Amino acid sequence: MNISRRLSAVLLAGTVALSASTAAFAQTTLLNVSYDPTRELYKTINEAFAADWKAKTGQAITIRASHGGSGGQARAVIDGLKADVVTLALAPDIDAIAKQTNKIPADWQKRLPNNSSPYLSTIVLLVKKGNPKSIKDWDDLVKPGVGVVTPNPKTSGGARWNYLAAWGFALQKFNGDEAKTLDFMRALFKNAPVLDTGARGSTLTFAQRGIGDVLIAWENEAFLAFEEFGHDKFEIVVPSLSVLAEPPVTLVDGNADANGARKVAEAYLQYLYTPAAQKIIAKNYYRPLDPAAADPADVKRFPTLKLLKIDADFGGWPATHAKHFVDGGTFDKIYTPGK
Amino acid sequence: MPESVVHREPVHRDRDVARESRRIERVLIGVAIFILALFFFAPLAAVFYEAFRKGVPAFWKAIADDDTLSAIRLTLLVAAIAVPINTIFGVAAAWAIARFDFPLKSFLVTLIDLPFSVSPVVAGLSYVVLFGSRGYFGPWFAAHDIPVVFALPGIALATTFVTFPFVARELIPLMQQQGVDDEEAALTLGASPWRMFLTVTLPNIKWGLLYGVLLCNARAMGEFGAVAVVSGRIRGVTNTLPLHVEVLYGGFDLAGAFAVASLLAILALVTLVIKTALEWRHAEELAVKRRH
Repeated sequence: MNISRRLSAVLLAGTVALSASTAAFAQTTLLNVSYDPTRELYKTINEAFAADWKAKTGQAITIRASHGGSGGQARAVIDGLKADVVTLALAPDIDAIAKQTNKIPADWQKRLPNNSSPYLSTIVLLVKKGNPKSIKDWDDLVKPGVGVVTPNPKTSGGARWNYLAAWGFALQKFNGDEAKTLDFMRALFKNAPVLDTGARGSTLTFAQRGIGDVLIAWENEAFLAFEEFGHDKFEIVVPSLSVLAEPPVTLVDGNADANGARKVAEAYLQYLYTPAAQKIIAKNYYRPLDPAAADPADVKRFPTLKLLKIDADFGGWPATHAKHFVDGGTFDKIYTPGK
Repeated sequence: MPESVVHREPVHRDRDVARESRRIERVLIGVAIFILALFFFAPLAAVFYEAFRKGVPAFWKAIADDDTLSAIRLTLLVAAIAVPINTIFGVAAAWAIARFDFPLKSFLVTLIDLPFSVSPVVAGLSYVVLFGSRGYFGPWFAAHDIPVVFALPGIALATTFVTFPFVARELIPLMQQQGVDDEEAALTLGASPWRMFLTVTLPNIKWGLLYGVLLCNARAMGEFGAVAVVSGRIRGVTNTLPLHVEVLYGGFDLAGAFAVASLLAILALVTLVIKTALEWRHAEELAVKRRH
């Protein structure tokens, strides 16, 4: 008797706590499902937006965040993670959600300025202080004995930008000869012994565990590691050519409507384009759309380099994705795990 | 004279063997302690060293953080759901298996062990396939507004699955060995089955039961793989303690990660102390399970 009464008390307590937490969750919170390296950026943005929203509407709001490899995060939203907004590393991941759930309209990318990308970035190289392997450009990554750290393009959005940057360089170097470009990529990935699932995992592999000689990384991630681990440990190498990375954001209409949060979710995304947010964006090492709004000292940190564009130089994401990253694409051709 | 030589030699050899075996014993103990120190004590010490490296205030700041407190609450809540369910199930299953013969009994025993043999990630993924919004039952739950995966029920389900065998595995050999004599005596003397269970069966198995519950609880709070798949990692909502450690580590917050990790390490140490105390005081009752 005693035992069963105690057990039912525990179960009851659990149920009450559960219903209380879901009720609280439904009213005042917004869930932003994002990719790996944006943790620090959105921590600051969320605080700033919550204060701004409170000042304008008087409504207090809690913004929740979930971070992980961009592809895996998209997968979770498809499987039912109730994101009100998604802020992922590249458009195909949001396209996948739109296609498989009908929670996002197919033309989502036209809803916000600049193809729904409120901030930009590029791909650079991070090496150990003093650059012991004298790595200056993408060529140096295919040399024997150079350990390359990059995440897995199958799960990580950043890794796909990394892949395209190297691909674009090789294609230019070999004057458009695709067979030679494939060989170049094969040699590059032969030098990459570990492929983490997300960009942050790779940063930790390189910076914390000291594996490899060069990290191919988001510019923002390279700067962050540079600041976190100390200027005396690493240096950033800017390659001769890279890609203009455009990480997109969008409302997950189906979830936001069910959550009754469409209005605040839309405001949240629009806030990203305001001067206040652009300033935070530049401070967190992302390239702002509107450099005039940012602190000039922050803008000065970004090096000028030749950047390939996904639409103009690669023929847009759908074609690029189909060519390189689907099963049987160029990545599957050049990469054999464990070799 | 040759006799005495023959006689003396074995005595010498015996002493040599004794000395030799003592030396081997010492070397072996030394190696064992060295390996234990290297693989168990050193990591544990490193966890606490890193946790307090930036001082006690930094430690408390990491623990008192809202997201950490939420992870602690969620972890305790999940254990409070999974452990009672598995305790009830474990006692029922052990009783059924130890006391009765029925078809497919050995199949049931094998089934209880399934969570031990299947990878936790597979367990988590199978729940996503079943209860995800594109899964078999997911749409029904979504239509009735019952969250399963990426919410508490999914995390509790995955944890319950992974910790399923602990109680049953402890009790089955114990109850089999104890036999049915005491219980039959109680029934013959007119006790109701429920009274027999409370006054005869339960006291007989209590230490084994406590031991199983303890292990079940330790695993429930420490589970990572299965929970990682069904959690969605929403900070402050669906992050359990082990997931929160990873989140902090990924956020370059090494001190915070180790502060939270030290909570889990303390849990492990407490479990270990209680476990040792149980084994020491109730060695006989628990001895059966050592064969397994």
